[in-house]
Amino acid sequence: MLLIACPWCGERDELEFHYGGQAHVAYPADPEGLSDAEWGEYLFVRDNPKGPFAERWSHAAGCRRWFNVVRHTVTHQILASQSNHPVAAGQPKPVIA
Amino acid sequence: MTADTQRRSPLGHLADVLAAHSTGGERGVRLREVPFLAQLDLQLHPHGPAAERIATALGSPLPTEPNTVTEPGSLQVVWLGPQEWLVLGPDGSGSATAELLRAALTDEPGSVVDVSANRTTLELSGPAARQVLEKGCSLDLHPRAFGPGRCAQTLLGKVQVILHQVDAEPTYRLLVRGSFAQYLTDWLLDAMEEYRHPRLTP
Repeated sequence: MLLIACPWCGERDELEFHYGGQAHVAYPADPEGLSDAEWGEYLFVRDNPKGPFAERWSHAAGCRRWFNVVRHTVTHQILASQSNHPVAAGQPKPVIA
Repeated sequence: MTADTQRRSPLGHLADVLAAHSTGGERGVRLREVPFLAQLDLQLHPHGPAAERIATALGSPLPTEPNTVTEPGSLQVVWLGPQEWLVLGPDGSGSATAELLRAALTDEPGSVVDVSANRTTLELSGPAARQVLEKGCSLDLHPRAFGPGRCAQTLLGKVQVILHQVDAEPTYRLLVRGSFAQYLTDWLLDAMEEYRHPRLTP
């Protein structure tokens, strides 16, 4: 089982999380202008690297926040996890394992 | 007949069973339901003016450290997320607390929602309480990592719970959804069974 570091709650079992697929997939700037093939590419086609992979996870059974994780797809090592939640200056920052 | 006389807590029918399975002594563990706690879900920006007004109204700032609890007066404010808290109070205090919070929130973005019927509360206490929880919870509950004033949202057995340690005995409160309460209670009673008997020695 993976041990995933939620940026807010710290390390928790994989069971508590929900997988959200590849991170940083931008919504097309002009969706009306895309051909069916390009739209299908945006909807369904994802990278499948052998190595570090940035992906989204949600701490579904915990604080229910979405965050990004970089996971090595061969070793399953969690290389980084990062919240995309803004933190005010001078306030406690989330734990980055 | 008013709603108050008709209401039933999810585990009201098991009060006798819980009492019968509770044990004292140096490896004792007790389980009871704390029904009908007032529960308010509070969402707002944690560092805005509304948060300061709420801190003044409650007499204590909202906990911004993840997985901690503050106890202003008879209330308990449980951290649920960076912008979300659960305000617990005694039975019947919900509407007064909600008014207090709404008045402090004014027209800023945020919400105060009464979710009292969402979950019921189980209280597990006694010297063996931590060992019982450790049978089905992957969190480190040792005092070095988890003590009074800490909370967590996690899985116990297969059930999502809000776990809150109240004191160092230890006493834990488990907030569980009504429809999962029977399952979790059965699971806990099974986990508590060994502590009703003398320790087996090889």
